[in-house]
Amino acid sequence: MEVLKEEGVDTIFGFPGGVIIDINDELDKTDIRYVLVRHEQAAVHAADGYARAKGKVGVCLVTSGPGATNTVTGIASAYMDSIPVVVFTGQVPTALIGNDAFQEVDIVGITRPCTKHNYLVKDPEKLAETVREAFHLARSGRPGPVLVDLPKDVSQSKINFKMPPPPKIKSYCPHTEPHKQQLERAIKLILKAKKPVIFAGGGVILSGAYKELTKFAKKLNIPVTASLMGLGGFPGTDRLWLGMIGMHGTYRANMSTGACDLLLGIGVRFDDRVTGKIDTFAQNAKIIHIDIDPTSIQKNVPITIPIVGDCKIALKKLNKLIEKVDLQESLKSRPNWLKQIEEWKSTTPLAYEQKDVIKPQFVVEKLYELTKGKAIITTEVGQNQMWAAQYYHFDQPNHFITSGGLGCMGFGFPAAIGAQLACPKKTVIDIAGDGSIQMNIQELIVAVSNKLPVKVAILNNRYLGMVRQWQQLFYGKRYAATDIEAAPDFVKVAEAYGAVGLRATRPEEVEETIKKALATPKTVIMDFVVEREECVYPMVPAGKAITEMLLA
Amino acid sequence: MTEERKHTISLLVDNESGVLSRVAGLFSGRGFNIESLCVAETLDPEFSRITLVTRGNERIIEQINKQLNKLINVVKVTDLTETEFAEREMALVKVRAKEEHRAEILRIVDIFRCKVVDVSPAYYTVEVTGSDEKIAAILGLLKQIGIKEIARTGAIALAREAKK
Repeated sequence: MEVLKEEGVDTIFGFPGGVIIDINDELDKTDIRYVLVRHEQAAVHAADGYARAKGKVGVCLVTSGPGATNTVTGIASAYMDSIPVVVFTGQVPTALIGNDAFQEVDIVGITRPCTKHNYLVKDPEKLAETVREAFHLARSGRPGPVLVDLPKDVSQSKINFKMPPPPKIKSYCPHTEPHKQQLERAIKLILKAKKPVIFAGGGVILSGAYKELTKFAKKLNIPVTASLMGLGGFPGTDRLWLGMIGMHGTYRANMSTGACDLLLGIGVRFDDRVTGKIDTFAQNAKIIHIDIDPTSIQKNVPITIPIVGDCKIALKKLNKLIEKVDLQESLKSRPNWLKQIEEWKSTTPLAYEQKDVIKPQFVVEKLYELTKGKAIITTEVGQNQMWAAQYYHFDQPNHFITSGGLGCMGFGFPAAIGAQLACPKKTVIDIAGDGSIQMNIQELIVAVSNKLPVKVAILNNRYLGMVRQWQQLFYGKRYAATDIEAAPDFVKVAEAYGAVGLRATRPEEVEETIKKALATPKTVIMDFVVEREECVYPMVPAGKAITEMLLA
Repeated sequence: MTEERKHTISLLVDNESGVLSRVAGLFSGRGFNIESLCVAETLDPEFSRITLVTRGNERIIEQINKQLNKLINVVKVTDLTETEFAEREMALVKVRAKEEHRAEILRIVDIFRCKVVDVSPAYYTVEVTGSDEKIAAILGLLKQIGIKEIARTGAIALAREAKK
C-alpha cells in the first residue's frame, strides 16, 4: 500500500476474490479510490482509459484463476497500444502452486507474450521492490502493461516495511537520447526533400510530443498524417493536416504517402493496417524513423535513417537544429506540393449523403460540432471506430482513446469510465456500435453507481457492421453471422440500470438528442438508429497498395 | 532480401525461473526458428548463459537480436556469427558392437578423437565433441555399423579473445 501511494496511485479498478481478501481489506483503509467493476476485462480497459486520459499508470486488482484469465484481453489490448497499466492478480498460496488448486491458473505463463514484463512474487521481502519495478517498467521506455502475481501467503505476511529506493534494473535502460549524428543526417534529408510527409503515431501521444511536432511541421511547412493511435498528436483542424493514413485513411493522406519523396515516421510501427501492400508503401520515398523501441525500426519497412529515442526529445533537438538554418531554399518547393494535396482533398474529400435515414457519419459530425471538438472520445471497434476517427477532428492529444492494435470490441465503454474518473470535468463520449456495446454493457451499473456522466452514442445498424462491409464487398453480400437484428432495446437497458436512455430514428432528431444528453449530468445512452448498410470509405482492400482505394 | 544464414547467438540472462520460457516463447510467438539451444548457470549463479543457433536472413536476424534485447531478463545479446568464436557440440552415440565391428568402431573413435564412455556386450557408447559437421561425419560412419540411439547437445560457443 505504501508503495502504491508513493507511485501516486489514486484509483484502482478491480473485482474481489478469495485470495485477495487481505489486499482489499487493507485497500479499504486507504484513500485510494477503489472502483468495483462487474467483469475483470473491463477493469483493465478502464485502467487503460484512465492511463491514456491522465497520462499516468492505470492500476487493476483482481483475484486468481478466472479473475486473472478475464484480464488477458485487456492486457493484450494495452500491450499492443503500449499503454502503462499495472495488473495485480491474486494467486493461490505458494505451497499450493502447481497443484491445480481451486482457482489456480498460471497467469504469469499465460500473459508472458502480452505483457512488457511480469512477476510472480514468492518472497514477501521482495514485494515492495517488485511493485516499484513494475511501475517503473510500465511507464518508462516504450510503455506497456506489467502483471504482478501475488500468492495469498505473500499478501498475508507481515514484514518490517522500508520504502525501497527507485529501481535500477541492470538489463533495462531504454534508449531515450537520440544519436546526434543521425539527427543531423535526418535534417539534411528533410531540407532536401521536395515532397515530404510527416507520419505521426502513438509514440507522439505517449511521449507528450504534441507541441514539438506541431512546431516542427509548421516551421518546415510539412503536411502531417497520423495512424489511428496518433490522432490528436497534431491539430486535426490545421491546414497541414492530411487526415488519417491507412486502410480507412483519407484519399489525400494515402495519395501523398504514395507520392512523397520523404516520409518522416515518428513514434509509429508501420502496422499492416497502415502500410497496405508492404512493398508499395511510400515507394518513392526515403524513410526516416524515430521510435523508442529499436524492434519497431526495420521491422516492416526498410528505413533510410533510423533514430532510436524518445519522440519528444528527438523533436526538440530537431527543432533546435533548424533554428540556425536558412530555410528559404528548402521551402521553395512546398507550395507546389501543398497545392497537389489540396487538389486531392477537393476532388476526393471524405463524404456521405444525408437523406431520410440517419447516417452514422452525420451523428459523429454532430457530436463534434456540439462538443466543439473538446470531448474525450473513446470508441468500440469496427465501423464506429473508423467513423469516429474520420469525422471527429482531434485538436489535442489524449482525447481519442481506442483499441488500435488489438482491435478489441467491448473496449470503449469501460475505457470511457476510466477516462471520466481521470478527468471528471471533461465530457467523455463512447462512440459505439450496437454489437460491441453489448460486450461490456454490464459496466453500466459501474458508471451509474459512481455517478459518472459518461455518454454512449450507439450507431445502431443491427449488424456487426465492419465484417458485414467485407461481406458486401468481397463475399457476394452473404451476411453470414453478422445480422444482429435480435437486439435488446437499449433505451430500456439504460433505464433498467438507472441510466438515461434516448433514441433518435430520424435525422432531424439527432441534434436534439445529443443536446439533451450533453445537458444531462448522468450516464446516458443515445441509441441512433442508422442506415443499415452504410460502408466506411475510403477503403483499401486487403493486400492492395494504400493508393488503391475503394471510394464508394 | 539477403540469403538465409545460420547464426549462433549467445545470451547472458538472469538465472531465474521463467526466463527460458520467455526466450523460447519469443521464438515460437514470432515465428523464428531455433535449431538448437543450450542453457546452464555461469560462474556467477545470478546469471545463466543461453547459446542458441537460429537461421534467417539479415532482417530476421536483426529482429531476433533486437527482440531478445528487449526482454527484461536478458542482460546481454551477442551474435557470435559476426565475430571469431569457438563452437562445440557433443553427442553420445550408442553403437551396435558386434564382435567383427569392435575394432572398426575403436578405429573410428581414434580417428575422430572420441571416447568410449560405456561398454556392454552388445553396445558401445561413444562420446564425440566438435563441430556439427564433425558430428554428422562420425554419425554417417557409425550408421553403417548400426546406431541404436543418440543424444545430442546443441552448440555452445564463446567469442575468441584477441590473439595479441
